[in-house]
Amino acid sequence: MDEENSKNMSRYLNFIAEKNQVKYLIITIAFIIFSFFWIYPLLWVLSASFKTDFEIWGGLGLIPDRLVWENFERAWFGANMGRYFFNTLIITVVSVIIVVVTTGMFGYVIGRYSFPGKKILIGILISTIFIPQGYTIIPVFDLLNNLNISKNLIGLTLATAGHTPVIYILLFAGYFSRVPVELEEAAKMDGAGFVRTFISIMLPLTKPVVATVSILQVLHAWNDFLLPVVITLGNPDIRTLSVGVYAFKGEYFVDWSGMAAASVITILPIIILFLFMQKYFVEGVQGAVKG
Amino acid sequence: MHKKPLSKQIYDARWCYLFVLPCSILTGMFVIYPIGMSWYFSLLDWSGFTKEAKFIGLQNYYEAVNDEFFWDAFIRSFIFMFGTVPVKIVLGFIIAVFLNNQVLKLAPFFRTVIFMPVVTAIAIIGIVMTFVFSPFNGPANKFLMSTNLTSAPIDFLGNPDTVLPTVMGVYVWKWLGITMMYWLAALQTVPQDVYDAAKIDGAEGYRLWIHIILPIVLPFAIVIILVEAVGALNVFPLIETMTAGGPFFSSEVMEIYIFRTAFVTDSGTMPRLGYACAAGVFWGVAVLFITVLQGLWMRRTRRI
Repeated sequence: MDEENSKNMSRYLNFIAEKNQVKYLIITIAFIIFSFFWIYPLLWVLSASFKTDFEIWGGLGLIPDRLVWENFERAWFGANMGRYFFNTLIITVVSVIIVVVTTGMFGYVIGRYSFPGKKILIGILISTIFIPQGYTIIPVFDLLNNLNISKNLIGLTLATAGHTPVIYILLFAGYFSRVPVELEEAAKMDGAGFVRTFISIMLPLTKPVVATVSILQVLHAWNDFLLPVVITLGNPDIRTLSVGVYAFKGEYFVDWSGMAAASVITILPIIILFLFMQKYFVEGVQGAVKG
Repeated sequence: MHKKPLSKQIYDARWCYLFVLPCSILTGMFVIYPIGMSWYFSLLDWSGFTKEAKFIGLQNYYEAVNDEFFWDAFIRSFIFMFGTVPVKIVLGFIIAVFLNNQVLKLAPFFRTVIFMPVVTAIAIIGIVMTFVFSPFNGPANKFLMSTNLTSAPIDFLGNPDTVLPTVMGVYVWKWLGITMMYWLAALQTVPQDVYDAAKIDGAEGYRLWIHIILPIVLPFAIVIILVEAVGALNVFPLIETMTAGGPFFSSEVMEIYIFRTAFVTDSGTMPRLGYACAAGVFWGVAVLFITVLQGLWMRRTRRI
């Protein structure tokens, strides 16, 4: 009787497994079709950047007849995307360094020490979480003007770094607070001071957080639009890529293929970075709801 | 042992203060100070480009609440929020449930694809979408017409009736990857054997979902809704690059309204930074109010 039962049971499990395999095949195929439509717009720009204007509006096909590299030449030199590329690169790299150093220091102290005024400091920070960028943009513009740094990259870089999401600090603070106290005490026994303990003991331990925060800030700085569009309103020389493509649309309205090439120049570096460092992107994004 | 005097505590923590200083200065300059200044600017009659500024009290506010464009934009921002957030929450959840299944071999690939628009510069997406939805042989219309879904091209972004839904659709597409990641983080807190049990039990499985899995992810859902709701009110880059608020202001949300009154000089009128700040302050307070309401609701639900 028991044998009969277990036989039935195993037959039942096989049946379920087979049924599931068919189910997963269907789900997989459905997702493949869905994925294609999902990234079609991105594939479309990529293919348009290699086509002639005439071919772009000719059909839905993605494979160009021949690769028109001149589109990139026109965008890079003619529309100044080359210059905007380096502007964006400088702003991104410098703001990442500023953000990692300042939020790392802040997070370290908040995560491991208690001192008078700590609660007030945290309270102020938390209260700024939901301040929309649009709310602060006009005074920021005015401030940079008054400091005389609105006409070069310094102002734009500082402002990009200054609009720091509180999440970076929380990520650092959370990580530092989990480092065992013994490590710190050992460092103290060796005669290491506050700063040396931080630099030689603590900072190397937080590489994963440094990576996550860096990636999030790269994403923010590279793709930001409202701040650079306002700051560069009267200064085309310090435009970023996003603003450059937007201006391109206004100035060379008929050069579709050139604009597609400019768009690809803007989005490709970040997409490549994302494909290689996906893990850190995911951790950064999920940190917002896990905390 | 008694507590150390405050001065001694502060002296002992001198390194702490030094460490918080750089970040505090930056945040002070670019977040705290601007918040304070926008309150002050909102009381001025000031173009922003000259030194002349006249203190006019609450007159800017008075003018804003009497401007029908202001209220149209205000309401449109909330239409945008209520139209996109539920779609993102539900769609993101469904996709996350599928992709959380370890049997699905290609799940990491699909996750990457769905997340791809998130890392793409928002201004570029806005510009590319003006191509995609172009009534003149744009791919969207080409597809609809080649499959005989429509006989004439649809002017998605040029028609006041279709422009807002189109922009909302693009917004959902652009950011759904983030919602999916949030849900995946939530679903991963459920022990694997619960999923296994739900799979084998068939009909019973649905009860496991309702009685065990959903209660575990519910606290996450509340945080996700809060983050998403605030996010849906910050849509300046997408709308500015796709439609700039047009046609005939029919996609003008609050941030576009503020930008337009502050910087865009239409037909010879002076920009009005003071007035734009008043609109911004009004808007900021409204958003804050909603955030606080949601926060309270969050606390209540968590207690139950």
